[in-house]
Amino acid sequence: MSPCLALDDVHVRLGRAAQAALSGVTLRVQVGERVALVGANGSGKSTLLRVLMGLLPVQQGQIWRAPDLRVALVFQQPYLLRMSALHNVALALWWQGRPWRQACERAQQALHAVGLGGCAHRPARTLSGGQQQRLALARAWAQQPHVWLLDEPTASLDPHASAEVEALIRAFAAGAAPADLAPAAPGQQAAQGRTLVFSSHHLGQVRRLASRVVYLEAGRIRADVPVDVFFDAQRLGQHSREALAFLQAEMP
Amino acid sequence: MGALTESVGIAWQWLWSGDARLWQIVGRSLAVSASACALACLIGLPLGAWLGVARFRGRAVVVIGINTLMAVPSVVVGLVVYLLLSRSGPLGFLGWLFSFPAMVLAQTLLVLPLVVGLARQVVQEVEQRHGEQLRALGAGVGTRAVWLAWDERVALLMVVIAAFARAVAEVGAVMIVGGNIEGHTRVMTTAIALETSKGDLPLALGLGLVLLVVVLGLHALVALLRQASQRWAGPSAAWERLA
Repeated sequence: MSPCLALDDVHVRLGRAAQAALSGVTLRVQVGERVALVGANGSGKSTLLRVLMGLLPVQQGQIWRAPDLRVALVFQQPYLLRMSALHNVALALWWQGRPWRQACERAQQALHAVGLGGCAHRPARTLSGGQQQRLALARAWAQQPHVWLLDEPTASLDPHASAEVEALIRAFAAGAAPADLAPAAPGQQAAQGRTLVFSSHHLGQVRRLASRVVYLEAGRIRADVPVDVFFDAQRLGQHSREALAFLQAEMP
Repeated sequence: MGALTESVGIAWQWLWSGDARLWQIVGRSLAVSASACALACLIGLPLGAWLGVARFRGRAVVVIGINTLMAVPSVVVGLVVYLLLSRSGPLGFLGWLFSFPAMVLAQTLLVLPLVVGLARQVVQEVEQRHGEQLRALGAGVGTRAVWLAWDERVALLMVVIAAFARAVAEVGAVMIVGGNIEGHTRVMTTAIALETSKGDLPLALGLGLVLLVVVLGLHALVALLRQASQRWAGPSAAWERLA
């Protein structure tokens, strides 16, 4: 396994906030890993994802990305432009320099991949919440990312839509892409599936999707363990009391 | 009160009979303000959208400056343009003073800060909440300015209407640089001011009514457009705040 994204002692302060949003975060994401970020609201999960995406300036520390790595970030509440679903996807591709016709063809494929092929010409903002999130996934999928970053992708959805979106994420993580669109990846990516880093408040989802769990508290990583260890109270307790307390409070 | 109702009656007859003198003033007024508004929007909308997205040193000062200019009295703008266009001024060679172009120039300068300032506000609001999503998709400053502005086009249309309403209703600037010359640079507001001071209330009232109807019509148009746009694409947050 080789790392594709790495943070080394990263400190982030947002605006004039007294408390740092991230302090001393060190994280190595390996190719093919599925990392879940868990923790209370305000613990730094979203900030960490934005730093991995390169959207936030870092006050201290280093960020490393594998050369030519394509990263896509899907937000909890996707911002869709006031145009058709198809054009929302195509426009993002066009911004990246793809000719418009080609962008539209790829967008159509992306919509099919998320089961929105029939809604291509509907105004994006008239779609349901679950459909909007799937559209956001299509928009990211069209860019053929090596690494998927997902910020609480199902948090604002009802259980049914949530299950649909989760199934798509799982399919993408497994590398389910049409053969002609399989990413020309650094290393043996296609065989190992895509790399996934997501935040979630839903422990069932974490258990189903993740291979590794990172627990954050007040901008620091308090536990970074394989998923089976995280859900095994005894073994987790040896790693981190904070994470164990969180798990016990959150588990139904 | 009797004088008022009597005047309204005469004004109504005047409007109804299609008095050429009156309608010429109305037409000129609309032409001046529409030209000024178009020019100001051509420059101001892109500039405001860019300002809503861009971050640079001294931006806060620029924004404060524009917000201040948004409320500048029209007579001050008129005075400045008068000085620019007067024979000894830097633009005196144009020979524009007391002409249609002078009035357009003055009103353009008057509403430009309004257009820039409001467009900035509209675009900045969406940029703050959603700009990072577009950045994550690879959109730079210029791309975001263009597409956020396009996405908030209904709200920006409101800005255009506000600019036109301010231009068509101001009296100070056109009075100073136009000179209120009958058949030449007389517009609705300057005519109302003059006729009122002369005591010709029916003409002043008639023009006032036309002015009112114009503004009312514009707002009705915006309301219709807004409804149509909502049906097509969902509500606009920026719009709700402006309206």
